[in-house]
Amino acid sequence: MATSTSARTGRARAPRPVRRAPRSTLAPRWLPYVLLAPALLFELLVHIVPMLTGIYISTLELTQFYVRRWLQAPSAGLGNFDIALDVDGAIGASLLRSFGITFAFTIATLALSWSLGMFAAVLLQRPFPGRNVLRTLFLVPYALPVYAGVIVWKFMLGRDNGMVNSLLGGLGITDGDTFWLLGDNAFVSTVVVAVWRLWPFAFLTLMAGLQSIPNEVYEAAAVDGAGMWQQFRSFTLPMLRPVNQVLLLVLFLWSFNDFNVPYILFGQSVPASADLISIHVYQASFITWNFGVGSAMSVLLLLVLLVITAVYLPLSSRRLRDA
Amino acid sequence: MRRRTFSTALIATATLGSVPLASCSSDDSGSGGGGDTLKYWASNQGTSLDNDVEILTPELEKFTQQTGITVELEVIPWDSLLQRILSATASGDAPDVLNIGNTWSASLQATGAFLPFEDEQYQAIGGKDKFLESSLGSTGAEGQPPTSVPLYGLAYGLFYSKAMFAEAGITEPPATWADLVADAKQLTDAAADRWGMTVAGASYTENSHFAFMFGKQNGAEFFDDEGQPTFTEAGNVAGIQQYLALMSTDRVVSPSAAEHPTTNDMIADFTSRKAAMFMGQNNSEATILSNGMTVDDYGVAPIPILDPLPAGGQRVNSHVAGINISVFADSENTEGALKLVQFLTSPEEQVVLNQKFGSLPVVAEAASDAAFQTENLKTFNAVLSDTAAPLPMIPNESQFETTVGQAMQDLFGRIATGQPAGTAEITRALEGAQQQMAGGA
Repeated sequence: MATSTSARTGRARAPRPVRRAPRSTLAPRWLPYVLLAPALLFELLVHIVPMLTGIYISTLELTQFYVRRWLQAPSAGLGNFDIALDVDGAIGASLLRSFGITFAFTIATLALSWSLGMFAAVLLQRPFPGRNVLRTLFLVPYALPVYAGVIVWKFMLGRDNGMVNSLLGGLGITDGDTFWLLGDNAFVSTVVVAVWRLWPFAFLTLMAGLQSIPNEVYEAAAVDGAGMWQQFRSFTLPMLRPVNQVLLLVLFLWSFNDFNVPYILFGQSVPASADLISIHVYQASFITWNFGVGSAMSVLLLLVLLVITAVYLPLSSRRLRDA
Repeated sequence: MRRRTFSTALIATATLGSVPLASCSSDDSGSGGGGDTLKYWASNQGTSLDNDVEILTPELEKFTQQTGITVELEVIPWDSLLQRILSATASGDAPDVLNIGNTWSASLQATGAFLPFEDEQYQAIGGKDKFLESSLGSTGAEGQPPTSVPLYGLAYGLFYSKAMFAEAGITEPPATWADLVADAKQLTDAAADRWGMTVAGASYTENSHFAFMFGKQNGAEFFDDEGQPTFTEAGNVAGIQQYLALMSTDRVVSPSAAEHPTTNDMIADFTSRKAAMFMGQNNSEATILSNGMTVDDYGVAPIPILDPLPAGGQRVNSHVAGINISVFADSENTEGALKLVQFLTSPEEQVVLNQKFGSLPVVAEAASDAAFQTENLKTFNAVLSDTAAPLPMIPNESQFETTVGQAMQDLFGRIATGQPAGTAEITRALEGAQQQMAGGA
């Protein structure tokens, strides 16, 4: 409004320069699209095209006989989905089980990563000597290449020469003979390693969120006699809600899709207790060479995550508005 | 509004990441290097990947001198070789020449990715007649031109530590399976972490080989004549039970062995005197020697067989094991690729390479070389000619190895962590494996 007013008033006195000035500083209309084009192209190449191909493959009978010329594989219709969803069959039952394990894993990883991140972010909110050193240290797991970090965990969790067993055995907490990467313990180990990988991200995001809360709020609360816990519940948490809305969802999706941690920890030999969905799909495809069924499982995973996201976002947004 | 757009974009990106399988490319035009370069994928035959490179590099340099063709070598570990081959087949981003496990011949033949060896191709590599008859049995399905030729010959045997046997007062290697278990019990002192036997419990290939041989001894087959899976036959359950019992009820194998993904881990148990025996293929010798044992420190005997054999049981204590070599059909340099196959299967190279890898030559002229007349290699040769059976040459073979081998790996994990793994659990595992296979077919 302000611009048009000044333009109108300007026209009467000196029409030319005022009219031309805004035009000459304006970039051509097509420039934004050109600037966006590379990103759009790569988004298509990296995400959309492979995703559509995956959906297409899920309708093919893509077995070893067609793997070389997979575009000529015969159509399987929805047959691959029948196999993946038949919970009375071995493939469907193990897929369902894998979904269950993945949910448990995701909830555990999410809860622990968020709590640790929140705890550390609040702890480091006020300046004290050594704060920057601690911040940097906390971010190390996130900065390390996944493979390097997780392979060290694999060595540490080994039964015979692993550091975890030497430490726990040396302290007399266990007998030092525990299998951390076999049986039910494998689940615990995967959660621990995933949390170690993920919590610095929660920490970083929450720390950034905390910066936007004005200090005066806390000062006023302190004057009114609110304790640390009360300040946290009444100000910190509500003011972080927008950050948490996105953070929790992203943590959820990342954990649910986690392939690197279980793959590096277990390689080809994933114990039943740590049979997470992404590695399950991978194994199911390569064990029987039936990439159609594998892709059908992937599509189901995509649908589940889309549904969860579609339910979560409106729900949490309504709460945000209500707050 | 802006926040919502940002969130939506972030979420969309994170969600889309969940269709990982689609990364296959349909570009099947280019394979390996064209012109004067060949890409060669070798399997891990030596004591380590580096060791393979060390052994193969000077030989491939000889090839370059003779032909002017440069070879780009990559050595691929066993636990990922099959997947790498499948990915290469789907993407077309493949080597020109590659090694395969000979038991996979028919499965990989079915993909159509490899060049068939007809008379013309055989002639290009020096004729079919140069190969040993027995080694040609595992090169592809019957009635079709094979898509691989033999490269290294292998068979299973029982390796035993002479020193540990002497300390326990055992003078002879075991002759029957019952003897083996009895000796192993005598050699085991769990408290001192000393064991009669060791296995590679997390290696699906090893597990499936033992399932095959012990199943045969118990009178069962994993496939019927039509090529349909018959995993749950009582004899197969009994055979797997016989192998797993070494850890579960006989308690002569350390539970740690359930975590061994490669045979090198198992051999390390043996050479560090943690275990007195293991069942391995002849190329294990190279690793034993590089770990510091000498030829006099260990002996080799045929793997003992059940005595008496159960009804229908066969005297089988090895499959016809070995490594084959194939040429990718899409290679832009088929002529050069065949030259490399000819070179590696020439009598001179067969003598050099098999000696260094501890395997057996697959061409007659090299097999008679003095280097392969040692006591131990004679034992393996006898196993190959008398008591070895080929794994079924059918398209489903490799799926048998992956499904059954991984089911057994899981059973080893159960045993190691104190969960039951008896007949009922084995049957259930085999049922699952068979259904998985049926779902894949």
